[in-house]
Amino acid sequence: MKLKRNVAVSENGFLFNPETGDSFIVNPIAKEILNYLKEGYDIEKINQLILDRYEVDLVTLEKNMEDFLKMLQHNELLDR
Amino acid sequence: MKKLDYERPILNKVNAGMPDKFGMKTKTATLSHIEEHSVHDILKEFGSPVYVISEPCIRKTYRTAYKAFSTRYPRVQFAWSYKTNYMNAVCKIFHSEGAWAEVVSGFEYSKAIENGISGDQIIFNGPEKSKEDLERAITDGAMIHLDSLDEFYFLGELAQKLDKKANVALRINLDAGIYPQWDRFGFNLENGEAWHALNRIMLHEHMELVGLHTHMGTYITAVSAYAVAASKLADMAVRLFRKFNHSIKYLDLGGGFATKNTLKGAYLPGADTCPSFDDYAEALTSALLGSELPPDKLPLLLLETGRALIDKAGYALGSVLANKRLVDGRRATVIDIGVNMLFTAFWYEHEVLPTKLNSEQTENTTIYGPLCMNIDIIREAIQFPLLQKGDAIVIPRIGAYNMTQWMQFIKLRPPVLLIDEDRKIHVIRKKESFQEFNAHENVPKHLK
Repeated sequence: MKLKRNVAVSENGFLFNPETGDSFIVNPIAKEILNYLKEGYDIEKINQLILDRYEVDLVTLEKNMEDFLKMLQHNELLDR
Repeated sequence: MKKLDYERPILNKVNAGMPDKFGMKTKTATLSHIEEHSVHDILKEFGSPVYVISEPCIRKTYRTAYKAFSTRYPRVQFAWSYKTNYMNAVCKIFHSEGAWAEVVSGFEYSKAIENGISGDQIIFNGPEKSKEDLERAITDGAMIHLDSLDEFYFLGELAQKLDKKANVALRINLDAGIYPQWDRFGFNLENGEAWHALNRIMLHEHMELVGLHTHMGTYITAVSAYAVAASKLADMAVRLFRKFNHSIKYLDLGGGFATKNTLKGAYLPGADTCPSFDDYAEALTSALLGSELPPDKLPLLLLETGRALIDKAGYALGSVLANKRLVDGRRATVIDIGVNMLFTAFWYEHEVLPTKLNSEQTENTTIYGPLCMNIDIIREAIQFPLLQKGDAIVIPRIGAYNMTQWMQFIKLRPPVLLIDEDRKIHVIRKKESFQEFNAHENVPKHLK
């Protein structure tokens, strides 16, 4: 699962999809996850990185990650 | 090393739309404490969901309202509208501040008596008054507000049988320039129906006309309507005096004052459009004082406002049950407060407040209640912070109608708490139990 190569993410969390012309705003943790996805990290690795840095349990994180990835898919931001 | 605070990742699509010329604030408000008690602690001790009522807020609101009217008109009396909230503790607070009782059923009448109100301080309104209700009201000397000619005949017959004079007022509906014009209650003024009924009452041996009453509608933000209604009632009182040399004791202008809750479909929030008690009082009392009522015989001004006196003092406390994603990508949050305990969600865009925020991030969210029923929607669309399952939420300004129009539907009713002036918490209505509820049912023998 990887972010499309042409999707741009700015430093302050502004995201632009040139294929659809849609713009998005993400929160800091989402920006961090997007950067990991761009790097090509798998979900397990991303989860571990977030767990190490943030005050969150695995179940909550997994639920939230699943939802977030669904939203990326819904908005055509991921490579199929 | 201490870990960072977590919030769930979100992706908000930027939708270019019409700019908001009023510059509404986008910051999400929070409410962590009610009268010095932490919402979190209340939920922990009493469970979720729960209603909380603030006694200091009720008293402060009542005194503000009373001052607004009594500083402008010499004779003012409030009557607590039982149907708005008939928790006994709530009623007793209003009565201790000096309010009489305004009831609309035999059940509410009994409650008022139980709460220590004497019959001559009860205003008995409403379309349904049974034989037993009316007999009790006649005997107690309550103020019976007639709603129809059928009721006039019925009351006359009962008073004659008891050989007593009933204290009677006439409920009048009138055109005060607002829409919709309520015409289902009482007698119409403009078509002469009210005057006709007043003549009948004046000539009745067993009836004493004590007052004139109107209640134009609900959530009325046009204060001018009260001025029109007050003038029309005053003119009617003067006309009665001229014809019968009879001075009525009171003019009852009803209720209907708005609160800061925002009505569904309203363009501006209620906080910006709701008139103050001073605004209502200024319009209403100026009309009375400017009328032809003789200054030495001014009738008592009775007010039955309910919503505006109690709404702000009530809170519904609850928790997030689940977060979901709808097919169009919208966020849905399910909370444990549904329309079963928040009937006013059908009329208002209630504020739903978190107790704390980890960031200013929000998502466009639909807030659903816990009922397995499609109508159970608390907010269709609200910019809502990123709460997790179990997080506490508070819905403020729910003191009016929710603790009377609540439904035993799917769930039992939650407890009601009162925080008193010393900030002590009291359970004023315990949580309903399955046993109590089931005890009312009876299964026929062949089904046992």
